[in-house]
Amino acid sequence: MGDAVSVQGLHRAFGPVVAVAGATWSAPSGAVTAVLGPNGAGKTTTLECVVGLQRPDGGTVRVLGADPWRSSAAHRARVGVMLQDGGLPTTARPLRLLAHLASLHQHPRDVSALATRLGIDGFARTTVRRMSGGQRQRVALAAALVGAPEVALLDEPTAGLDPHARREVWDLVREEADAGTCVVLTTHSFEEAERLADRVVVLAAGVVVADGTLAEVRGDRPLEDVYFELTERAPR
Amino acid sequence: MSAPAPAGRRIRAQAAYETRTLLSNGEQLLVSVVLPALALVGLTLSSVPSLGPGRRVDVATAGVLALAVVSTAFTGQAIAAGFDRRSGVLRLLGTTPLGRSGLVAGKALSVLAVLAVQVLVLGGLGLALGWHPAPSGWLPALVSVVLGATAFVALALLLAGTVRAEAVLALANLAWVLLLGLGVLVPTGELPRGLRTLARALPSGALGDALRTSLVQGGWPWAAWAVLLAWAVAAGLAAVRWFRWSG
Repeated sequence: MGDAVSVQGLHRAFGPVVAVAGATWSAPSGAVTAVLGPNGAGKTTTLECVVGLQRPDGGTVRVLGADPWRSSAAHRARVGVMLQDGGLPTTARPLRLLAHLASLHQHPRDVSALATRLGIDGFARTTVRRMSGGQRQRVALAAALVGAPEVALLDEPTAGLDPHARREVWDLVREEADAGTCVVLTTHSFEEAERLADRVVVLAAGVVVADGTLAEVRGDRPLEDVYFELTERAPR
Repeated sequence: MSAPAPAGRRIRAQAAYETRTLLSNGEQLLVSVVLPALALVGLTLSSVPSLGPGRRVDVATAGVLALAVVSTAFTGQAIAAGFDRRSGVLRLLGTTPLGRSGLVAGKALSVLAVLAVQVLVLGGLGLALGWHPAPSGWLPALVSVVLGATAFVALALLLAGTVRAEAVLALANLAWVLLLGLGVLVPTGELPRGLRTLARALPSGALGDALRTSLVQGGWPWAAWAVLLAWAVAAGLAAVRWFRWSG
């Protein structure tokens, strides 16, 4: 299958601080692409350019063939997004919020099945304000997937989750990719990348220092060793 | 292929969601309905402050309806948008099929829905207290409410989109109290001379006077409408220019 996400020579700076300095990588449909990198490597900025929340200063970004910065409603319906800050209204209860987000789509997923799958019905009466970090993460992930997207862009989807919830999220993400979705996620977890990712992109100081299948990037060594070697060499 | 719901349905869904959220928020209900209702009863039953010519209950009801517009279109919207901006809600909704334009349209529709509820409740209370609105005043009153709501929503978004959420909360409540005394409840003609000109140039005084002219005299308040339109355009342009979607 072709690349659902294509990033070519992406540049993005905030005043004098260059967040992304000419990154080129792509992500195919039907696979999980993990974007790794130290804090400040440009992962979130890159993802936000792919989402369409930030306008690149240079280079091109294409998602399902379209420029996300000028995205239409039809395009946004095909792309599910989980942001690092969650973006959930603090007074909302999860099922009503998910039902509302589902109503913005023509053919959404079954909200109660998705909520059950992610264990959200266990805290259905809790408002976002009173949820734990892990509970919020699960609701934010459900919000990203409720529209049955063709591309799922997930910024640190398992940060703060306990091992059981993390396993459940991994299984769900795997199923999404196996069903044909292009999943792009950022992570700090080597375990997550090794167990879940088909492709790995490593960013350091705003540039891509590795891009390939998991096997290509790590060879016969643990990903962790390769990662430290790659990111320590990168300019800071 | 994943597809969005039709645009009209998306906007109605957002408006219904926001309206339910606003009406189930106790603090918002206090500012939107309870305090204006108390003001209406208090102004009608007492003899101070002076409300100028016209039956007291008629002048008071028109002023309280102006207060309802300020509460919902300005205070409520500013605080909601300020906190939604800080928690990333505006950003996230911008990535859904709703988008930014749908979000703004949904909010506008929700303000009108809440205003309709306020007019029913406060108007009903006014009628019970003996309010007789001028029969020819409904059309200019409707124009006044829509113009006033537009100006105050634009001001709310300008505030919510440019300062921190806590500051929005403080400033929106402070402005509500200050505007209250600048021509919303009390006709600008009854204010001290120095304040009168200022109040008439502010959207608060313009909206209060517009509703009083409409509902008490059945007149068409062209000058007040011009003031409201100027505020709506200026604040709208400023909000488009300076509104930041992320906190």
